[in-house]
Amino acid sequence: MSNESLTKSMTGGAAETGENVLEVKNLVVHYVLKKETVEAVNDVSFTLKSGRSLGLVGETGAGKTTTALAIMNLVPNPPGVIKSGTVNVCGHEMLKLKPIELAKIRGADISMIFQDPMTSLNPVMTVGNQIAESVKLHEDCSHSQAFDRAVEMLELVGIPGARASEYPHEFSGGMQQRVVIAIALACNPRVLIADEPTTALDVTIQAQVLGMMSELKTKMNTALLMITHDLGVVAKMCDEVAVMYAGRIVEKGTLEDVFNNTMHPYTEGLFNSLPKIDNRDTELKPIPGLMADPTKLPVGCSFAPRCSYATDACRARRPEDRYVSDTHMVVCTAYEDPAFHIEGWQ
Amino acid sequence: MDSHFLEVRNLKKYFKRTRGNVHAVDGVNFTIDKGKTLGVVGESGCGKSTLGRCVLRLIEPTDGEVLYEGRDICKLNKRELKDLRKEMQIIFQDPFSSLNPRKTVLDLIAEPIKFNKLIPNASKADIENRVLELMETVGIAERLINTYPHELDGGRRQRIGIARALSLNPKFIVCDEPVSALDVSIQAQILNLLKKLQKELGLTYIFITHDLSVVNYFSNDIMVMYLGHVVEMAPAAELFRNPMHPYTKALLSAILLPKVNGNSERIQLRGEVTSPIDPPDECRFAKRCNYLCKACSAGTPPLLEVEPNHLVACHCIKPGMNILQEQPHLISGR
Repeated sequence: MSNESLTKSMTGGAAETGENVLEVKNLVVHYVLKKETVEAVNDVSFTLKSGRSLGLVGETGAGKTTTALAIMNLVPNPPGVIKSGTVNVCGHEMLKLKPIELAKIRGADISMIFQDPMTSLNPVMTVGNQIAESVKLHEDCSHSQAFDRAVEMLELVGIPGARASEYPHEFSGGMQQRVVIAIALACNPRVLIADEPTTALDVTIQAQVLGMMSELKTKMNTALLMITHDLGVVAKMCDEVAVMYAGRIVEKGTLEDVFNNTMHPYTEGLFNSLPKIDNRDTELKPIPGLMADPTKLPVGCSFAPRCSYATDACRARRPEDRYVSDTHMVVCTAYEDPAFHIEGWQ
Repeated sequence: MDSHFLEVRNLKKYFKRTRGNVHAVDGVNFTIDKGKTLGVVGESGCGKSTLGRCVLRLIEPTDGEVLYEGRDICKLNKRELKDLRKEMQIIFQDPFSSLNPRKTVLDLIAEPIKFNKLIPNASKADIENRVLELMETVGIAERLINTYPHELDGGRRQRIGIARALSLNPKFIVCDEPVSALDVSIQAQILNLLKKLQKELGLTYIFITHDLSVVNYFSNDIMVMYLGHVVEMAPAAELFRNPMHPYTKALLSAILLPKVNGNSERIQLRGEVTSPIDPPDECRFAKRCNYLCKACSAGTPPLLEVEPNHLVACHCIKPGMNILQEQPHLISGR
């Protein structure tokens, strides 16, 4: 099968654009340790439509990866406990299914690309067999059929099919990440979670991999949940953005909403921390202090201790979700005052 | 008499491997003036960290000279080098593996002071006072003096690394990707700290990074490396305004700006970084270059001053002549 016919056969089964393929509601995940409880994800809700892409942005410890693992129902238990919430992937309630049922959905309806390609591939298995393994699990086919499919997938991600019989160490980092992407896409999932897919890669290779991912996304109409700390990657890849801080989504909206009409002080702080390429004399304004300790979250807004706009009201109670337009949500108590606005970063 | 603070001449470092020599750094020349910052950018494997270590003679260069205030440090004996090392320090990339996990913050920062007997007949209290002073300079709270590295986050650990480097009152610091392991908000804190220290203490930096927006913010001059060679060197503003080498152009265009519709054009490079083991005598970038032409295989291109202070190593670009602009058909590549 040529590349085009392959893609065609793949898009045949894909969902219509606009259908909700991923719905996360009121997700709460804690890691219960002997002495303390890490409140990793605290009431996260979002939806993702097919063919769309959502960027989940935040710093280390914001709960991005835990959210992704919870969607796949892969949170390590113990110590991880999904306290409450629902995750619906293409009509399947992920958190209520038995392991054997989950195995059918993972890889077929939803798959995940992990951050580090070097550790997510099996070093003693050829890359062709690793891709074929995933195909065989989900489709009723012989090994040679699955292997043929693996070769096609490799070519789709820009690796010569003849290299299917090579081992991961024979590939460079960028190519290994392409192999991981090929595995994730082998069964044409409707939802793809990419957890920092290019963080381990060089800039020019990152550009290649991201370009390839957005091409494949358009071809196959896959919904993409992009987890990253890099606002540049989000600007390039995503239609919508959700900014996470201390386990909560603090601002959510379309790319234009969040980037051009930034409302949450934390989002503003993130933008101000980045060196501006077009004006090298702008001083960096880092966010003071450190990420909130997820074992001892403050009573009120988790960001209040680092926030220059914080008032007593912010520290006293938990801020509520506030929609400022149909698409734009901000979780900040300060907006109860209609006159409040941030200084703006531009 | 040359007045440069640091001058590197034809520096080479080859690593012997069974399959041949890895040309990690291959004939690099540059100078830095006192109180300035030279940014070194390039992708993994281009030799930027090896360069940083060779300049401090932490690894022995294969060939070349490193003139530090006029003295060639490659010719110094052990004792002279030990004395000089106090003036030249390095900050490492990974704050998680560069600190001894079994030492407290006090021990970690005191170690270089004790080792170099910086305070004559120092009592415990003297050393502790100096450590507290350094902790204040780099912004670590006093109460953390008896904690171990695992109790601290990445930003604070990197601050310990900086305090250790500063403890010997150095004049020159090699910063090897000091912020790439840190989150953006913490990264900005550390960058501001390094900038403040430079201003206050008159430090000279070599700043090694792969992050172009950071290097632009931080450096006076920028040197772009590819497979052990310098392909372009210019003042930071000039390099970003007018990148000439095809590799620099591709690197700059690969920066993802955090802006809506800010990333429309991008130059795609073909293939991946080629092997640095005994590379053939031709332009090392030729295999990935979009402007590949016959001239590219005619030996290694020399680094020429194409415009004042703007040096480029490309067969197609010479002073007063830029074939890449004059012959647009080359741009379409193959």
